[in-house]
Amino acid sequence: MKFLRPLAALLFSALVGLTAQAATPIKIGEYGSLTGKEASFGQSSHKGIVLAFEELNAAGGALGSPLQLVTEDNQTKPGESATVAKKLITRDKVVALLGEVASGRSLEAAPVAQKARVPMVAPAATNPKVTQTGNYVFRVCFIDPFQGTVMAKFAKEDLKVTKVAVLSSVSNAYSVGLAKFFRETFTAGGGEIVAEKNFSEGDKDFRAQLTAVKASGAEAVFVPSYYTEAALIVRQARELGINVPFFGGDGWEAPQLLQIGGDALEGCYYSTHFSPENQDPTVQQFVAKFKERWNGETPDAFAALGYDAAYVLVDAIKRAGSTEGPKLRAALAETKDFAGVTGVTTIDKNRDASKPAAILAIKGGKLTFLKTVAP
Amino acid sequence: MTEFLQQLLNGLSLGAVYALIALGYTMVYGVLRFINFAHSDVFMVGAFIGYYAGRLVPEGTIWGGIAVLLTAMVGCSLLGMRIEKTAYRPLREPIEFNLVTILAALIGGGAAFYLTRDVFPSDYAIALRIISCWAAAEAASWLARRTGLKIVLQRTRGGAPTLNVLITAIGVSLLLEYSGQLIFGAAPRTFPAIFPSLNFHVGGLTISTNQLCVIGVAAFLLVVLQFIVFRTRIGTAMRAVSMNPKAAALMGVNNDVVIAFTFALGSALAGAGGILYAVNYPSIDPLMGVMPGLKAFVAAILGGIGNIPGAALGGLLLGTVETFVAGSEWSTYKDAIAFAILIVILLFRPAGLLGRFTIEKV
Repeated sequence: MKFLRPLAALLFSALVGLTAQAATPIKIGEYGSLTGKEASFGQSSHKGIVLAFEELNAAGGALGSPLQLVTEDNQTKPGESATVAKKLITRDKVVALLGEVASGRSLEAAPVAQKARVPMVAPAATNPKVTQTGNYVFRVCFIDPFQGTVMAKFAKEDLKVTKVAVLSSVSNAYSVGLAKFFRETFTAGGGEIVAEKNFSEGDKDFRAQLTAVKASGAEAVFVPSYYTEAALIVRQARELGINVPFFGGDGWEAPQLLQIGGDALEGCYYSTHFSPENQDPTVQQFVAKFKERWNGETPDAFAALGYDAAYVLVDAIKRAGSTEGPKLRAALAETKDFAGVTGVTTIDKNRDASKPAAILAIKGGKLTFLKTVAP
Repeated sequence: MTEFLQQLLNGLSLGAVYALIALGYTMVYGVLRFINFAHSDVFMVGAFIGYYAGRLVPEGTIWGGIAVLLTAMVGCSLLGMRIEKTAYRPLREPIEFNLVTILAALIGGGAAFYLTRDVFPSDYAIALRIISCWAAAEAASWLARRTGLKIVLQRTRGGAPTLNVLITAIGVSLLLEYSGQLIFGAAPRTFPAIFPSLNFHVGGLTISTNQLCVIGVAAFLLVVLQFIVFRTRIGTAMRAVSMNPKAAALMGVNNDVVIAFTFALGSALAGAGGILYAVNYPSIDPLMGVMPGLKAFVAAILGGIGNIPGAALGGLLLGTVETFVAGSEWSTYKDAIAFAILIVILLFRPAGLLGRFTIEKV
């Protein structure tokens, strides 16, 4: 077997030569809740981002280099996002960050990105404070003041209710913000908030708050929380004999919502960024590609936003002609009329996007598309 | 008034779960004078046993529910005994680490791990593989012990300070939590509806059978526990070990058996608690034990640690206070107020509500 050795040497030198010839890949960091309580958020956006990267690389990458995605999991834990963002920036030397779905965790990583002058694009963090962190932080989704307005109008005009109870999580920036914006619009429009109760992240017993909600005579209940809590809340509400509709925001978007909530969720509504039932050809094409890539799984809003965020970022890299922080930042800020699967993205002066919201209804154990509300 | 009664019922059913977990803390403390922090994770394992066993029985039948409850209790008590034997006993008393049995256990477990790699259907694979590896390891080390071969690696002297056992308990707790995340994944799972669930309305009150079931099972187990501790031989032995382990041993009490039994009993209660908790809040994950465990620990202290009715009282009190605060204007400060009340009670009754001071002789 002696002849093998020179052969191996030859192969090795060929490999070295190849890698030296090919341009070094452009590294882009992604952090998300791939495991933990809100794993569905991270998993969905990750799948969307991976799909986008594979397509982009098949089309030749950017600036003559392939794109490399470096993913870190923050395990849905508070405090972890800042750590993994630091690791991605300092050790992996990523040129930009993609993340996160949850506002609270995006708020943790945003100052890190800002300080290091590495642009960050949040796929689905809707709390306004996220992009207020600094001029290196962007998002490709609508913000909670808009979502709060949409749901307040929906309560008043579609559900035709005037007395609403609000149940929100005190330890969650998204939940506190969305509750506030809902309250402002709803009371300004002549509605009344008859009860406002709080809970903390990770709570599993909501009977106490719900009993108070029941006594308040609310005609509908707004729950701006994430799916784990929302599903348990609605379930326990039905056990207590509260039969009014519950409605929430995009935090409800996860397959686990229906798994945990079951029949209790019948007749509930939530607003989100995207519906796979949208008959727009771009959307249908994306749904088909996503299903093919991920074993028939239907993409949800966060998969679509992750996909769009990746495309918007790479588009900016191409326009900037560079991966340097300041240049990439400037190009991102100039993003205009970028057509994606969640609508047209134009980054405004606050580094936010303004996009339509979709309202979904839960009927017969399934999500059904109700309507789209334009900004 | 209706709201008050409804909140009281909610509080009692939450408190009953705290009470069940608190009983385990208090019992181990009563006998060994240390807090078994791994208890809250045995609670989690109980819920996961229920998750797997629950899908083998028809949903929503009483006998099915009871079968699952018993399976979880048996499973947890085996786990509790294993934890005690592996992690705590070597600290307490002299023990020989025999290379032969350790190797046999590793080989047995490893062989089972390898052989079962694709024997079981996917969904149950993990649960069944863990059980078979565990059983194989136990069987192999038992056989090795029977051969009488010994290569003693090290002899421990035992008699470690309680604090060291406490730290070991925290280690075991973290081990269970994070190997749980590794094995079951960190995403929450939906617990099957194993008990028939009905809601009936009395006046303006809504009572769910699940709530009644929790309160009923907790009360029943409390009575059984009181009976075991005060009316049986093993209970007498437990109390004797609690009073003075050396004197008990001199009187012919086998301390190891008594301590293993205490762990089995406490862990069985944790398993029952896990099932009842999961039935009420059907979303389970490997870290689900942390918060209820902490609250139950507080409940045990509140009632007077080491005291069985005290743990039950503490659990009910904590659950009720928490519920009333959560249903009031100050729901934001739910945990803060509940724990502030605890501090106030302990200021006035430092040994807990039903606890008694014991004079330490130095």
